[in-house]
Amino acid sequence: MDTAQAPPESLPNRRIGERIIEGVILVAGISTILIVALIFLFLLKEGINAFLDIPLRQLFGDRWYPIEGIYGLMPLLVGTTLVTIGAVIIAVPLGLVAAIYLGEFAPQWLREILKPLIEILAGIPSIVLGFLGWVALAPLIQNAGADTGLTAFTGSLLLAYMSLPTIISISEDALYAVPREYRDGALAIGATQWQTIWRVVLPAARSGLVIAVMLGIGRVIGETMGVLLVTGNAANMPAFGPGMFFNPVRTMTATIAAEMGEVAQGSLHYSVLFGIGLILFLITFVVNWLAARLVGVSGARTKVGGQV
Amino acid sequence: MQPKISLQNVFYTYADETEALRNVSLDVLPNQVFVLFGPSRSGKSTLLRLLNRLSDLTEGARFQGTVLVDGRNIFDRSVDVFDLRRRVSMVFAVPTPLPGSIRDNLTYGLKMAGQRNASLLETRVHRSLEQAGLWDEVKDRLDSSAMALSGGQKQRLCLARSLALEPEVILLDNPTSGLDPISTSVVEETLRELTDQYTIIMVPHSVQQAARIADRAGFLLNGELVEVNDTESIFLHPLDKRTEDYITGRFG
Repeated sequence: MDTAQAPPESLPNRRIGERIIEGVILVAGISTILIVALIFLFLLKEGINAFLDIPLRQLFGDRWYPIEGIYGLMPLLVGTTLVTIGAVIIAVPLGLVAAIYLGEFAPQWLREILKPLIEILAGIPSIVLGFLGWVALAPLIQNAGADTGLTAFTGSLLLAYMSLPTIISISEDALYAVPREYRDGALAIGATQWQTIWRVVLPAARSGLVIAVMLGIGRVIGETMGVLLVTGNAANMPAFGPGMFFNPVRTMTATIAAEMGEVAQGSLHYSVLFGIGLILFLITFVVNWLAARLVGVSGARTKVGGQV
Repeated sequence: MQPKISLQNVFYTYADETEALRNVSLDVLPNQVFVLFGPSRSGKSTLLRLLNRLSDLTEGARFQGTVLVDGRNIFDRSVDVFDLRRRVSMVFAVPTPLPGSIRDNLTYGLKMAGQRNASLLETRVHRSLEQAGLWDEVKDRLDSSAMALSGGQKQRLCLARSLALEPEVILLDNPTSGLDPISTSVVEETLRELTDQYTIIMVPHSVQQAARIADRAGFLLNGELVEVNDTESIFLHPLDKRTEDYITGRFG
């Protein structure tokens, strides 16, 4: 009522205010896109020589000996892939189950204690966790029978632990956001709590859960210092098989961190490191695109809100 | 006649000390539409949720008294609460189809109850949709998503979902809120026809709807059941001053 009866002379003022706010938001939105584009261009400029000067067969070869001028990226790609797959296999089920427990089963008081604790975990610097992994986790793995404690699996465990807080916290938010009416609808026709969660709550929270998992994966792929410490840093091609998880590996991120300080700017080695950065950038891009597809495709089918 | 549902001296208090029900005693006879009306926050939904023990899920609430269905205490240890909810089924104000096809929605409750017989499931799908007045509109697209239905169709689907279980009692918490007048009258007509088979307890959208649809009605105010009587008496000659004030629109 107040706004409808406001004196007409205030209208142009409000419009100007509105315009300014719109402008600010527009600039903020465009600048993020612009910055991402600039990062991509910068990586391309610095790294393109790697793709032009080295034959692709050699660039994706299985030997990484920069000192001899051999730049085969395959061991690094395999290292990152192994560590990431391992971490995802460990972290996603654990994270989702923990979120379901927190969101659906835990009593109120326990949730109020656990949720902030989990969120604090997300803030621990990765190097500290890496150090813990090196001191505490690696000896355990070695005692369990591996040749060395510094393996892809050690890295996976550590990264799983690092990504768990992200996955749990965001998943729990997504579950919490499912309206009570949806649970009631299933319960009222005799579903048990578990059946309700499986059939109603999880599908309804699906887009949030996918985002939680993708952010977790993002943290895993991008993580550097922690894995640098615990994966053994050997850029070897492990023999194919389940045993490959228990070999020392080196990830793409760790390679950049370890070698960037020693290369001459503009050298081929330098370009190759930027080329690795470019590949990481593209992987992140693909992961995000996949996430958007997954959310979008399922969205039409499971979107439960917004009716009436 | 033995009442289908009987509440005896029921008190219900939420964790924040809100007294939602105060000493409510009520008998509902079988094969009737019983309407529970009153202003918002008077305890109507609380009472409905108590009858199939959805109230179990409310943390920190206190309950006192007895609730009998067919003379049996539903809070007795030997009662299987999931079976109870299939016998005393509920439809809500906000229609909440489950993710999946129309057919999935109707068979889900039965499948959870362990029913695997395909021809029985098929019969129930057909019959429940007929009963809910939805069959003609959806018979050609049973396998398409339930989410694509209109608001009124969703609401009738939720009603059909309950009917597919062939419950004994159907609880309806304002099932026509958000429906247009035509959908509303379709649902009301459906409910009238269902009393051959079911006992219906309903929270209406308005006093007018209550008067249209009820066999008997009860007026609930601040958790207290002020007056219960057959429809004509309570709406035309209310005994309590507060009931009269409410239905003549003097408050609420």
